[in-house]
Amino acid sequence: MSQQSLGEEVARRLVARASWHPLEILFWAAALASIYVLPGRHLILTEIAILGLFALSLDLILGYAGIVSLGQAAFFGFGAYTAGLLAKHELVSEPLLAMIVSGVAAALLGFVTSFLVLRGSDLTRIMVTLGVALVLREIANRYAWLTGGADGLQGIEINPLLGLYRFDMYGHTAYCYALGVLIVFFLLARRIVHSPFGLSLQSIKGNPLRASAVGIPINGRLVAIYTIAAGYAGIAGALLTQTTAFTSLSVLDFERSADLLLVLIIGGAGYLYGGLIGAILFKLMQDYLASLTPQYWPFWIGLLLVAIVLIGRERITSWTTPIRSLLARLDWRARRAASAVAVEGQGS
Amino acid sequence: MTVMLETIALEKRFGGLVAASNVALKVEKGARHALIGPNGAGKTTLINLLTGVLRPTAGRILLDERDITSLKPHSRVKLGIARTFQINQLFADLTPIETVSLAVSERLGCGKDWWRIVGRPRQVSDEVVKILENFRLVDVMHERTAILPYGKQRLLEIAVAVASAPRVLLLDEPAAGVPEDERHMILDIVAGLPPDVTVLLIEHDMDLVFQFAKFISVLVNGVLFVEGSPEAIARDERVRQVYLGEAGHG
Repeated sequence: MSQQSLGEEVARRLVARASWHPLEILFWAAALASIYVLPGRHLILTEIAILGLFALSLDLILGYAGIVSLGQAAFFGFGAYTAGLLAKHELVSEPLLAMIVSGVAAALLGFVTSFLVLRGSDLTRIMVTLGVALVLREIANRYAWLTGGADGLQGIEINPLLGLYRFDMYGHTAYCYALGVLIVFFLLARRIVHSPFGLSLQSIKGNPLRASAVGIPINGRLVAIYTIAAGYAGIAGALLTQTTAFTSLSVLDFERSADLLLVLIIGGAGYLYGGLIGAILFKLMQDYLASLTPQYWPFWIGLLLVAIVLIGRERITSWTTPIRSLLARLDWRARRAASAVAVEGQGS
Repeated sequence: MTVMLETIALEKRFGGLVAASNVALKVEKGARHALIGPNGAGKTTLINLLTGVLRPTAGRILLDERDITSLKPHSRVKLGIARTFQINQLFADLTPIETVSLAVSERLGCGKDWWRIVGRPRQVSDEVVKILENFRLVDVMHERTAILPYGKQRLLEIAVAVASAPRVLLLDEPAAGVPEDERHMILDIVAGLPPDVTVLLIEHDMDLVFQFAKFISVLVNGVLFVEGSPEAIARDERVRQVYLGEAGHG
């Protein structure tokens, strides 16, 4: 094979990493269809979309850069309170703009705290992120004149989206809004993880010693992705405030961070859809099991978690790897067959 | 001849253990320089000091007359120091294409681009292909690194270092653990490195050392013991004693 055509093949194979799998298209088609097919379920679907976006933020740092966090609620809560305060005091009255401002605010907080997670093992990172979230929650509790303290931030009125679409009590506007935001930021995340920047994150996760030996500035890359992920969490928090017109200290709770890790592990980290699938399963199970046994539903979540970890054995974050590699192989064969046919067609 | 890489009174202590003591190493531009010494002499520590993985306790490191003592590893790579590892340090989940493209992207300054898909611009993939061909990795370039035969992994280890287009290449036992029938591949690759690249080789395999090196430094217990041409080193009675002594203990 000549060097020219080999160069093309390599370029094609590298670019093909980012090509869309048919299942992905199916997934998003189903998500869009749910707007029309399940109009009565828009409230829980909104919750799922928000949790999915939140889980995406954890996947970016855990699944791609290997930063484990038990404090992602810090950024979620910061975004939620920012959006609440912006609306309550009519600082930014248009929700979409306020959402972006909240995301930027959370990203700034992420940037400032990112320097704490650069060093150390998984355990120190867990403790540091946990600590940051606890500190933030107590600050919110302490400054009740600003945040409403334990009573929550009341009196929030959310203006119509873009000045046109009023938030209704059935959650129709809310779901379209949350799903739209999720799709946009999913596409952005997808772009990021398939970029040279995203590949360098995976290399840092895989082998930091070698990553720095090929010239990758590890700290800079980790600060960047941690900041981006904090922005994602902040946007998810802002969406929660805007779609419920309320926020309280629970957005900063430890359980929110812990549940998030659970969601991502249920779905599997490191392929972007894990957080979304995890969010769907988690919310549906919560909804279904809570209706059966309101008090005991965490029992079933716990049982599921134990089962997943046992199946995954090697690494809890990648129990879905066998399934995914099987799918990838099937897809690769199909693609190769298609290209072989194409070459034959050219030859004749 | 100009000096490409130089250490001045370099010292490294781990608690009470002295791993490098008053090391004054000079590597000339374009050199084929070998660093030998018995196990535990501090050879890998010296490489770690030169590449910034470890910080020296005292002393300075100059690259092309520029002080790089306080620079981080990735900054040193940008200035032209690349290395291989004694024990493979590769990305198990990535393919050779992806691994080499990481180094090429960083060198071309597009490693931080988040809006571009890996594989564009074409310049990156053309460079990757060139390196994969030179290192005979084309046949396995789509495989995950974890499942490659050991010899191929060893080649990839060197290929990633060369992909950074170094001015100074530090090879830490490139032939270690490679089966006899694949050894010639490593030897050919090392012999075929561009003449303008300065190479410092650490190796236990004396055949490889004497085949490759134009100049040899012997390190013993963290101290530069003796230096000279391969012929002089081969004749040197003290060097023989050090190696025979080691063999006697072993």
